[in-house]
Amino acid sequence: MPSTITPINTEWEKKRRLDDHDSGHGRRPPTDKRTGGGGDNDNWNDRPQGRRGPREKLSRARLGLFFALAGDTMFFVAIVSAFFVAQGTSHIDAYNRYINEWFPTAVPPILWLNTAVLLLSSVTMEIARRTMFRENDVMDEWLGLGKPITRRALPWLTATTVLGLLFLAGQAEAWRQLGLQHVFFASNPSSHFFYLITYTHAFHLFLGIGALGASLITLYASRQLETRQILVDCTAWYWHTMGLFWIFLFVLLAFFQ
Amino acid sequence: MLPALSTIVLLPADASAHGPALDHHLLLNLWIILGLAAFAHVLLLAGLSLRRSSQPVHLWTIEYLPLALLAILFSALAVRAEQLWAETRYTGSSPEATQIEVTGLQFAWYFRYPGPDATFGTTQPRFASAPEGNPIGIDPADPHSADDLVTSELVIPADREIDLTLHAQDVIHGFAVPELRLKQNAVPGENIHIHFTATRPGIYAILCTQLCGTGHYRMNANLRVVAPDEFQAWIAAREKAAHP
Amino acid sequence: MTPPSPPKNSSLYSLSPGPSLFSTDHRAIGRQYLALALFAVVIGTLLSLLMRAHLVWPAWAVPLYGPILPEGYLSLVTLHGTIMLFFVLTTAPQSGFGNLILPAQIGARQMAFPHLNAASFWLTALALIVLLASPFVPGGAAISGWTAYPPLSAVASAGPGQAAGMDLWLASIALFAVASTLSSINTLVTVARLRCEGMTWNRLPLTVWGWFTAALLSVIAFSVLLAALLLLYCDRHAGTSFFLPTGDLINGVIHTHGNGSPLLWLHLFWFFGHPEVYIAILPGMGLTSMVLANFSHRRVFGYRLMIATTLLIGLLGILLWGHHMFVAGLNPFASTAFSATTIAIALPASAKVLSWIATIWRARPHYSSAMLFALGFVSLFITGGLTGPILAQPILDEYLHNTFFVVAHFHLIMAMAGIFGLFSATYYWFPLLSATSRHPGCLLSERLGRWHFWLTLVGAYATFLPMHFTGLAGEPRHYAQLTEIPNAAGRMLAATVPLNLHITYAAIFLAAAQLVFLANLIRSLRHPAPSPPNPWHATTLEWHPALHPRARLDASDALKVLRGPCDYRTPDSGKAFFVTQWNHEATPDIKPE
Repeated sequence: MPSTITPINTEWEKKRRLDDHDSGHGRRPPTDKRTGGGGDNDNWNDRPQGRRGPREKLSRARLGLFFALAGDTMFFVAIVSAFFVAQGTSHIDAYNRYINEWFPTAVPPILWLNTAVLLLSSVTMEIARRTMFRENDVMDEWLGLGKPITRRALPWLTATTVLGLLFLAGQAEAWRQLGLQHVFFASNPSSHFFYLITYTHAFHLFLGIGALGASLITLYASRQLETRQILVDCTAWYWHTMGLFWIFLFVLLAFFQ
Repeated sequence: MLPALSTIVLLPADASAHGPALDHHLLLNLWIILGLAAFAHVLLLAGLSLRRSSQPVHLWTIEYLPLALLAILFSALAVRAEQLWAETRYTGSSPEATQIEVTGLQFAWYFRYPGPDATFGTTQPRFASAPEGNPIGIDPADPHSADDLVTSELVIPADREIDLTLHAQDVIHGFAVPELRLKQNAVPGENIHIHFTATRPGIYAILCTQLCGTGHYRMNANLRVVAPDEFQAWIAAREKAAHP
Repeated sequence: MTPPSPPKNSSLYSLSPGPSLFSTDHRAIGRQYLALALFAVVIGTLLSLLMRAHLVWPAWAVPLYGPILPEGYLSLVTLHGTIMLFFVLTTAPQSGFGNLILPAQIGARQMAFPHLNAASFWLTALALIVLLASPFVPGGAAISGWTAYPPLSAVASAGPGQAAGMDLWLASIALFAVASTLSSINTLVTVARLRCEGMTWNRLPLTVWGWFTAALLSVIAFSVLLAALLLLYCDRHAGTSFFLPTGDLINGVIHTHGNGSPLLWLHLFWFFGHPEVYIAILPGMGLTSMVLANFSHRRVFGYRLMIATTLLIGLLGILLWGHHMFVAGLNPFASTAFSATTIAIALPASAKVLSWIATIWRARPHYSSAMLFALGFVSLFITGGLTGPILAQPILDEYLHNTFFVVAHFHLIMAMAGIFGLFSATYYWFPLLSATSRHPGCLLSERLGRWHFWLTLVGAYATFLPMHFTGLAGEPRHYAQLTEIPNAAGRMLAATVPLNLHITYAAIFLAAAQLVFLANLIRSLRHPAPSPPNPWHATTLEWHPALHPRARLDASDALKVLRGPCDYRTPDSGKAFFVTQWNHEATPDIKPE
C-alpha cells in the first residue's frame, strides 16, 4: 500500500548552469584550496568528504571575525546616532529662547596626518597579509625548506605596528592639543563625542596592536603555519575595518559637526 | 451594555470625552482575543483528542488562508486604533483650551494655572524650593508670574477642553489618570502636551506610572472635575487668597 | 545498539579526560550554563515571592532582615527582572541547551571556538556574581528597574542604591553583553561552517534555526546595549550629558552643562530590549515544533514556512522597539509606524501556532513530559501572545502602559512559555544532558514529570491571568505598596488588593510546584534510570550513537545526513516507522513504554 504521506519538500532543486567559470581575466584559473567537508556550498554529491583542513579553519576564523565586527559596527552605529541626536537636541529655556548648546569642536589638524598614517598602515598590513599566503613560500615552509614567509612578513608587520603606534601617539597629541585649549572630555556636548569617538576607536586600535604583537610573536613561536596565517589574516581584516571605521568617524567629526 | 462589560473587566468608569470610543475599542479587542484564544485552545484540544488520521497537507487552507484572515482582522483593529490615536494625539488642542501646566517631581505633582494674564511666568530650577513655597521654581522677577496659581490638586471645569503641559523636574515621571483614560510620560527637558475634555464631575486619581524612585507609589494627586461656574468661583477664590 | 563502554585511559574515547573546571568541551560548558541558570532562577523566584508577599502583606518582616522598605521592594524588582531576563531566559535556552545540543544536531564534535566558549561562560558567571554583590554595597542594589531609565539611573543622588549599586548593575550587564556577543559569534560560525556532510541549510532542525536567529539578534542587539551602557557610565562618572537635560534638578543639585535627552536612552535601550525578548523565545519555539512532531510521529507542518517565520520574526523584531515608548514622549507619527510593525509580527507568530496545531492534528500523540510541556508552551504562547496586538495599538496602550496588563502579557508569553520550553528541553534531552564519558544517560521520571507539568500549568495561569484584570483596573507597575495611600488613588489601588491576594497565593503555589522538578532531578541523578540510546524515537542527529559522549572520537568522522528531520511515516495499513536523518533504513516506531 503506498504511503499516504506527501513528503514535505525540504530539498531545493539545484539548477545546474553550464558555465565555464572563465570571466576573461586571462590569469591562471584559481586553485581549489578546499581540503574537505565544510558544511557550506551544499555540494555533497560531487566532492568526497574529507577532513577539515587549514582552509576551513581560516574560513571559520574569518566568519567569526565578520560577526564580531558586525556587532562592533552596531556599537559604533549606536554612538553615531547618539551623536546626531545630541547635535539636534535643543531646549526652550525659561525666556522662551531656543537653546542649542552644540559648539562644534574643531578637529586638530594633526588628525589629517593620523588618518594618512592609518591608511598607510592598512597598505603595509595588506602586503603583510598577502606574504603569508604566497604559494611558493607556503610550499617551501611546508616542505621544511626554511621560513621564507616569516622572513617576508616580518618587516611589513613591524611597519604596520610602528605606524599603528604612530597613529595612537598622534591621537594622544591631538588630545593634548585640545587640552591646551581647555577642551576636555566633559567640556561641552560636542567634545563629549569627540573624545568618546576617538577614545573608543583608539581602544579598538590598541587591541589591534595587541593582535599585531601576538602575530609577530606567533610567527616565531608557533609551529603550525595555519595558525600563523590565520592570526595575521584576521588581524589584517580587523585592522582594515578599524581603518574604514576611522574614515567614517573622521569624516563625521570633521564635516558633520 | 458598555458599563456592564467594563465592570466585568474591572475598567474604572470613564469620565472623559474620548474615553467611550477607547473603551469600546478596548472591549472589542478583549472579546476578539478571548474568542481567538478559546478557539485556538478548542482546536488544540480537538486535535489531541480526535481519532488518528493522516497528516494535514494543505498549506494554503491551514496556514495562508487563516493568516490572511488574521491579517485583515488585525489591520482593521489597527486602523481603527490609529484613527482614535490620531484624534487625540496628532493635532494640538484648540486655541480656546484651558491651559494648565503640570510639573512632576520626586514625589509630588504640582499644577499651575496662568491666571488672568493667560501667560505662565518663567521658571528656573534655581528658584525651585518647596519649603519656601515655590516648588516649581517660578521666577519672581517675571511680571507674568505674579498671578500664577500653583496647587497640588488639579481642578478643571467639565465639558471644556483642557490642555496640559507636562514638565518633569528631575526624573521621568508618568502622568496618568486612569478614569480619564490619560497617560503620558513627563520627561525632564521636554514640554509635552496632551489635551482632553472631562465629562463627569467627580474626584479622580492621578497616578505616577513611570518608576521614579522610592516614593513612586505614593506620588499621586486628586483630579477634581467641577461644573464650569464652580470652577470660576474656585479660581477666583484661590487667586484672591494667594494674591490679596 | 548501545555504545561500547570505554576502556580506561583511552584518549580516543572523550574529548576531555575528566571533569575540569575550565573545560572547553561543549557539553561541559552547556551544563555549566544550565547550572548557572538554575541557580539564577531559584534566586529570581525567591525575589519575586518576596515582592508578591510584600504587596499583599506590607507589614510582614522577612526573617533575619526586617520589613521590606520601598527601596528594598524596588531593588527586588530590579534584581528579579535583570536576573530572570538575562541570566535565565538568555543563558539557558541559547547558551545552555545550545552548547549542549547544537553541535550534535549538526553533526559537529565541538563548537567553532571552544576556548572562546569557555571564556563566555566564565564572563557570564562573573557578571552574575557582580550583580548579586550589589545588594551588599552601601546604598543597596539599584532601584531603577531592569530598564534603568535616566535621569534616575544617571544620577547617584536620585535614589538609594543608585550610587554603588547602580555601578555594579552597569558592570554586570556590560560583562554579560560581551559574554553573550562572544557566545553568539560561536553559535553563528558553528552553524555556518561545522555542519557535517549532507546537513544542508534546509535539513537543519528548527531548534538550530532558532538558535541561529537568536544568535544573529544577539550580535546586533547587545552591541547597542554596550554602547548605551558606556554612555550611561560617562554620564555618571565622566561629567557628560548624553541623557541629562539642562536644568535637571535632582536632590537640590541642578545639572547645568550639556543638553542631553533621556529619550535617547529609551531608544538605545529598547533597540536592544526588544530583540532581547525574541532571543529569549526563539529557541523555545524551534524546540516546540520539533518535540510536537517527535511525539506525534508526524512531520512538522510547513517546515520551510517555519524556517521563514523564524527568520522573519528575527528581522521584524529589530524594527519595532518603539512600542515600548508610545507614551514616553515619542512623536505620535512614529508611534503609528512602530504600531504597524508590531502588529505585523503577529502574523509569523500566528503562522507558527497554526503549524503547531496542524502538526498534532488527529495524531494521538504520546504524552511524555517533554510533549506535555511543549503543549503547555503552545497554550501559553497563544494566551500571552494574543494580548500583544492589544498593546500594539497606541490608543489602547495609552491606558494599559506600565499597568499589570503588560506584566501579565510578558510573563505569560516570555517567562512562562520560556520556562515551559526549558522544561520541555530538560525532559527531552535529559539522557544527553546526563551522559558523560563515564556514565550513560538517564531519564527523568515521567510520573513526577506529569505532576510537575499539571501543577505548573495551573499555577502559571492562576498567577498571571488575574493580572490582566488588576491591570485593566488601573494597577500600575513598580508600586511598592497598594494600601495606606491617601486620596482617590489610594481607593483605586486598595480595590485591587483582593485579586492581588489571589495572585500571591497562586505564585507561592507555582513556586512550590517546582519542588517536584527539583525532586525529580535529584532522584534521577542519585538513582538513575538508564536510558536507551534513542528513547523518544527521534530523528535528529543529536541521538546518533557516534555523537554520544561515550562513543569513539573518530566514529563521527563517517557521519552523513541523508534527509531532513521528522521523517515519520504511518502508512494506512501496517505499522508506523520512522527514518532518522542518518539511517538508510527505516526503524519500526513502536510506542515507548
